[in-house]
Formats: sequence, structure tokens, C-alpha cells
Amino acid sequence: MTDIPAHDLARKPKTRLRLFLDSDVWWSFRHSKSAMGAAIVLGLVILAALLAPVLSPQNPYDLAALELWNAELPPVWMEGGQMPYILGTDVQGRDILSGILYGTRISIFIGIASVIVSLLIGVMAGLLAGFYGGWVDNVLMRIGDVLLSIPIILVAILVSSVAQAMLPPELREAGIAIVLVLAIALYSWVQYARVVRAQTMVERRKEYVQASRLVGTPARRLMLKHILPNTLTPVFVAATLNFGLAILIEATLSFLGVGMPPNQPSLGTLIRVGNQYLFSGSWWIVLFPSIQLCILVVAVNMLGDWLRDALNPKLR
Amino acid sequence: MTAPDAILSVDHVSKEFDVSAPWLNRVIERKPRLFVKAVNDVSFSIPRGSCFSIVGESGCGKSTVARLVTGLYSTSGGEIRFGPGTAGRPVRVQMIFQDPQSSLNPRWRAGDIIAEPIREMKLRKTEDETRDRVEDLLRIVGLAADDSAKFPHEFSGGQRQRISIARALASEPELLVCDEPTSALDVSVQAQILNLMRRLQKELGLTYLFISHDLSVVRHMSDTIAVMYLGRIVEMAPAEDLFTAPQHPYSQLLLGTIPDIHAPNRDRDLQAGEPPSPLNPPPGCTFHPRCPLADTRCSREAPALREHGRATVSCHAVEEGRTAAPERSHA
Repeated sequence: MTDIPAHDLARKPKTRLRLFLDSDVWWSFRHSKSAMGAAIVLGLVILAALLAPVLSPQNPYDLAALELWNAELPPVWMEGGQMPYILGTDVQGRDILSGILYGTRISIFIGIASVIVSLLIGVMAGLLAGFYGGWVDNVLMRIGDVLLSIPIILVAILVSSVAQAMLPPELREAGIAIVLVLAIALYSWVQYARVVRAQTMVERRKEYVQASRLVGTPARRLMLKHILPNTLTPVFVAATLNFGLAILIEATLSFLGVGMPPNQPSLGTLIRVGNQYLFSGSWWIVLFPSIQLCILVVAVNMLGDWLRDALNPKLR
Repeated sequence: MTAPDAILSVDHVSKEFDVSAPWLNRVIERKPRLFVKAVNDVSFSIPRGSCFSIVGESGCGKSTVARLVTGLYSTSGGEIRFGPGTAGRPVRVQMIFQDPQSSLNPRWRAGDIIAEPIREMKLRKTEDETRDRVEDLLRIVGLAADDSAKFPHEFSGGQRQRISIARALASEPELLVCDEPTSALDVSVQAQILNLMRRLQKELGLTYLFISHDLSVVRHMSDTIAVMYLGRIVEMAPAEDLFTAPQHPYSQLLLGTIPDIHAPNRDRDLQAGEPPSPLNPPPGCTFHPRCPLADTRCSREAPALREHGRATVSCHAVEEGRTAAPERSHA
């Protein structure tokens, strides 16, 4: 017989997972239909993108698999459509569905990578500016102000065209994704820096930080172990919303022709290429990548909006 | 005035804060630089094993004194000296803070909060020893050993203050600076925390520098009490003397504000007014605009601290014997 007194069970320390499952955020997630729906859609889109090599009927990067007599086939449900080109093909005989799956992969990769890079820069700059104040604060924040005063498209076009001119030709194709990530991150770190700075200025005056100073904790540890965890809540919200924004910026740049090249197309590249054939009647080349882009960004933004509300007790 | 067995002596210490507008505003709007003298020429010493209290209205500089003593602020003038520490190391000072909501990091478990001084100062060699020490500390302050896995939000205000005390004790301090440790708690919990602090003082031989605005709390704890007004000490006396025979008019005013359970509706001759802005203190004795005994000398000349019996008072009226006898004693 297991004879454990009730209070012993109650006193069992809670694991981090248990705390999360008991938290208001998880409760609010389970009670928000839009958040659940957005999460499911986003999960499916990401899963499909990750499984692109398995799911897609054709490898769009493999030029040998393209056959020109399959060019500009309409979707299967229309007259002239044929399997396996469910959503039709483009002018080179590339399967639209495969292009979308691979393109989503690139878009998501660039979105996540630019969010991570800008988070690292922004959180670090915000912590330093908020913690030390004075000239450190002034220098970092004025740099941010200047960057924000230049339109992001200009910054990104500048960075990526300069980089393309500077990179040796054999690195150009491989480097372009990294250049795009850096161009987007260069712009969006400022937002994280501002959020973290404001929160850091509040936290560093709190008594738990002073108590930690009293035992001689060095500044680096004060910032990373005490202040940083208490500034992250608004950062999560900003990061989610910026993920959607980063995908859009990348699509815009690719649409303008300074983003991903047509031989490794992102969603934006697909839309740009398809746009040229819109008036010749091949509407499917541009429509389906656009729908995918919409679904992706709307799902991310809905999740971000829900997260912002769930983490802000004043809005409940 | 440094006693030979003093663990702490504060010698003519001042602290100014720069509250000027930012540089650009000063240049454009021609605003002057502004300084607040939060602490002005304060001296006292605390004998080992005793409890020294500082009382005063909010804004009088008592918390600044606490932060000066712990080294969180640097002094603008004067000197803070510590006596010889026991066990061949300098005196360790720790602090208990006012607000149990913000003095514990909400993302750390209680055990990690208490272990932080031990880990930072490397007081124990192994993680096992640290854990044992944390469990001891939790028991010492009246919590359970397995509370160490909980987060601060799972505790009540009084329990959090106990964690705060346990954290302060973790570094084996000799001098504890308590900045209004009970003012955020309700009365029944206040008594528990104060009794815990008295017990700890006896058992561990602690010395307290106790900051409060609540005279009844201070009376329970102190050996010596200093009354502060606008950054200066106006009266310093043994605790019972201050309560039975307050000499400075401001001390009398403070004591007059204590509610009396036997005469709840007694007439109070409350002097009107608030403390003046420390940005622009009145000339002479800073208390003279509110003082019933003030005369022209008080508004011109700042009084010095002088000994009167067992107390030290800075007041022209007391010096000249113009004192109206304290109307009530609060024995």
C-alpha cells in the first residue's frame, strides 16, 4: 500500500513544464480559438516546408527534372491540367506546389535567422544601454534612431547590392541568404533594444538587484541572470510579430529583385516571376505563392497578437 | 564620538544627488544645476550587538543612510568606518529591504535566492553543502526546508520577508541594515518578523541599523534612536528616554502622531505643514517653519548637535531652556 500523506504530494516541487502547463498563458492559449487555429495552421505550414523533399512531386532545383513541354500547365482541376502538377507549372515546367514548399522553407529560414540575429544584437544593446545609462545608452540608442530613420527597403537594397558587388561570384549565391538576414536584422534589432532597455531601467533599480550587488555579483551576471529573464516577456511578443514582418520584408526584397535569385526562389521570388505572366493568363503562377505567403504571415501575426494579449494582464 | 567597541562609525557623512536637467536642456533653457542634499553631516556610531534606529518622515534621508552604509551609494563627504570584524575578516554588512515584492527575483526559486550569497562569495565548497546551509537557513527563519523549490509568488508577504532575512544571513553578516523591513506587512505579521529579528539578534550576536518611520516598531527593537529631519539628525537618545522625554520639538511632534489605544480621540495639537523641499531647505534651523518654539535666531542660525543629559539634540530652544515641557509622556 502506498501511504503518502496528502500534504507531501502537494509539496512536491513543480517542474518548469508543470509550471508552464499551470500558467495563465497556457490556459489562455487553450481558450483562444484563433490562437489554436493559427498555431495549427502555422505548424502545418512549417511541417510541410520541412518535409518539402518528401512531399513535393518534383525537385524544383533540379534542372534535369524540368521538361519544357510541361510548361504553363494549369492546376489539375482545370482543363489541360495533369498530375502530378496539382497547382500547375510555370513557364519552365516547374511544379508550382514544389516551388511553394521549397520557397516557404527559404522564407521561414530567413525569417527565423533574422529574428535570432536581431534578438542577439538588440537584447545585448538594450541590456547595456539600460544597465549602464549615460553615454553608453546615448551612443547605442542614437545609432538605433539613425537606422530607423532610413526606410528599411533602402537599407536592405543598399546592403544587399553592395554585398553582391563585393562577394566573389562563386560565393554570391550561397551568401545572398546570409546578406538578406543581416540586412533585415540590421534594421529590426532597434525595436528589441528599446523594449529591453526600458525594462532594464525598471529592473535594475529593484531591490533584488541591489541585494545581489551587495554580495558582489559582477555586472555581467547581474544583467544576464537577474535582469534579462525579467525583460523577456515583451521581447517574445516583439519577436513573434517581427518574424512575420521579416518574412514580408524578405518577400518584398525578392519581389523587387534584390532578394533570393530565381534558381533558389523564396515566396517573394516566385511572386515576382509569376507576376510577369499574370496578363498572359497564367494566373496560377503568381496566385498560389501569394496565398501561401498570406497564410503564413497571417498565422504568425495572429499568434503574435494573441501572445501580446495573453502576456499583458491589463488587456484581459 | 566613536565608541571603542563600535562596529560602525559614521563620521560627518553627506550625500548629494545630482538632479539637474539633462545637459542639452540646461544649455538651451538656462536651467541651473540642481543638487539635493539627501544626507547632511550625519554622525553616529553603533556599538557591537546593539540596535540603532533612525526614524523620520519619508524623504528625510534615512534610506539614503542605509544605502551609504551598505556601500550601494558612495558618500559625497565624510567617512564610514567599520570596527574590526570577528574571525579575522572585515565586517560583513547585509541589508533587508522594504518591499518583499521587489526584493526577491520573481524568476528564481527561494533556494537559489538564499544560495546566491553563498555561491557568489564561495562560502561553501560543494553544492551539497550549499543545499544543507540553505535548508538550515530556511529553518532558522521559520520556513520549511522544502520551501526552497518554490517561487516567490507562492509565498505570503511575511514569508517573503523571512526569505529576505535568510538571504541576508546566508553570508554570515555581523551588521544587518534593515530598511523599513516591516512597513509593507500587516500588523500581526509585523510582530512575527520583529520577534524573529530579535531572536536572531540574540542567537547570532547581530548588530542592527534599523530604519523606520513607525515609532512603535522602533520602540520594540532599539537601544538608541536617532530622529532625522531633512537630511540631518536632530535628536539622538536612548530609546526609552526618547519616548518618555523627547527634547527636540520635532521628536515631540513625531511622538504626538502615535495613536494611543487608551485615548483614541484625545485632542492632538498637530502642527500643520509638511517637510519643505530638500531642494531648497529653509535657512537656519530647517525645522523652524513648523516649529512652535521658533524665534528669529532659529530662522537665521543652524543649531549644532549638543549633549543634553543622555540625549544629543540640535535645537536653539532646548539649548536656551525655552523648552515647553513635553505635554504627554508615552510611557
